[in-house]
Amino acid sequence: MLAPVIRAHGLGKRFGDKRVLRGVDLEVERGGFVVVTGPNGSGKTTLLRICAGLALPTEGELEVSAGRAEIGYLAHDPLVYRELSALENLDLYGRLYRIHERRERIGMLLERFGLWDARHDRVASYSRGMTQRLALCRVLLHEPSLLVLDEPYAALDAAGAELLDAQLADLRRERTVLLSTHEPARVEPLATGRLVLA
Amino acid sequence: MSYVRDVGALARKDLLLELRARDTLPAMLLFVVATFVVFHFALPGSPSRLAASGLLWVSILFTALLGLGRAFVPEREQRVLDGLVLAPCDRSAIWLGKSVATLAFLVAAEAVALPVFALFFHPLNGATVLGVALADLGICAVGTFLGAMAVATRARELLLPLLFLPLAIPIVVGGVGASAAGSPGRYLGFLALYDLLFALVCWASFEYVVTE
Repeated sequence: MLAPVIRAHGLGKRFGDKRVLRGVDLEVERGGFVVVTGPNGSGKTTLLRICAGLALPTEGELEVSAGRAEIGYLAHDPLVYRELSALENLDLYGRLYRIHERRERIGMLLERFGLWDARHDRVASYSRGMTQRLALCRVLLHEPSLLVLDEPYAALDAAGAELLDAQLADLRRERTVLLSTHEPARVEPLATGRLVLA
Repeated sequence: MSYVRDVGALARKDLLLELRARDTLPAMLLFVVATFVVFHFALPGSPSRLAASGLLWVSILFTALLGLGRAFVPEREQRVLDGLVLAPCDRSAIWLGKSVATLAFLVAAEAVALPVFALFFHPLNGATVLGVALADLGICAVGTFLGAMAVATRARELLLPLLFLPLAIPIVVGGVGASAAGSPGRYLGFLALYDLLFALVCWASFEYVVTE
């Protein structure tokens, strides 16, 4: 049996006196698709940030078998520079992730997410939905084996959401996904596990 | 080599951002020239060489502070720092890339400021220019490190000067010494040692600054 990609036991996080996450047990198998749900403030984002390696837990144990180069993290914010174009942003990330043939890969992603015509425009001129699609391009750029997606449907219009549905169904076959959402029904057919935070 | 490429890509990005937004370098230029003009009219008669050196170093320090305060603004606005931290490059490359870009802005501001200083106060000697160059390295290394610390806090505008100015006192001591002392060699050596020590500390500990 393959070892899980993420294994957490009794995971917790405090910021000073404020406890934002408590006693979370989680196991994500390789190729699994785990959906995290819960009300606002239940710690979904904190849990995903910890799993992505952006924050350290203050309690419990966590093992993530994927390295930084293998993790694709989609945050609430797009993590792209507003004053740079889509092409410049992806080129920067492509260099940092040492992607071979990065121009071809960037071009393919921009085409797929319908941003090719706006590739030279500054991100500041993008709509929220376009920015979210660019964020998805950034996440998929280095072909990560573990996707950590925090509210990926936020700000996407119907067409963008359908595109993401298709992408997730496609990615589901070869990647491990940990996804938080307020619309669990949308990804229910893909899910192999569910974690509800209170 | 890949480390150098990462630093280059990150510094190039900052220069590109400044070229687009143009909100750091013009502010630094205006500030430093305005400061010299104010001092020129505020001080009665012709100030001594020592006093003028003091003015120069205080002006450089506050001009640098202006640039350092803006250094991590693009990263803060969209939390891009998270994206950079997640990249599989050495995290110290983020600090070094930002330091290089900040150094470029500071040097550009000084390229205008030093001739203006010479025009209003005293001509500059080689030791002063070398002292400024060495001080710039220390200012940018330490200031960028502290800027990354401050950007994660609510009181960032307050915190950066509070942390930076005490650590910059040795730079002023070394700089004024290099400008005004009869034998500036040991002051220049002091500045070089400061640069080396603090750059090493910042390089080694940056990773802990950007992890929550």
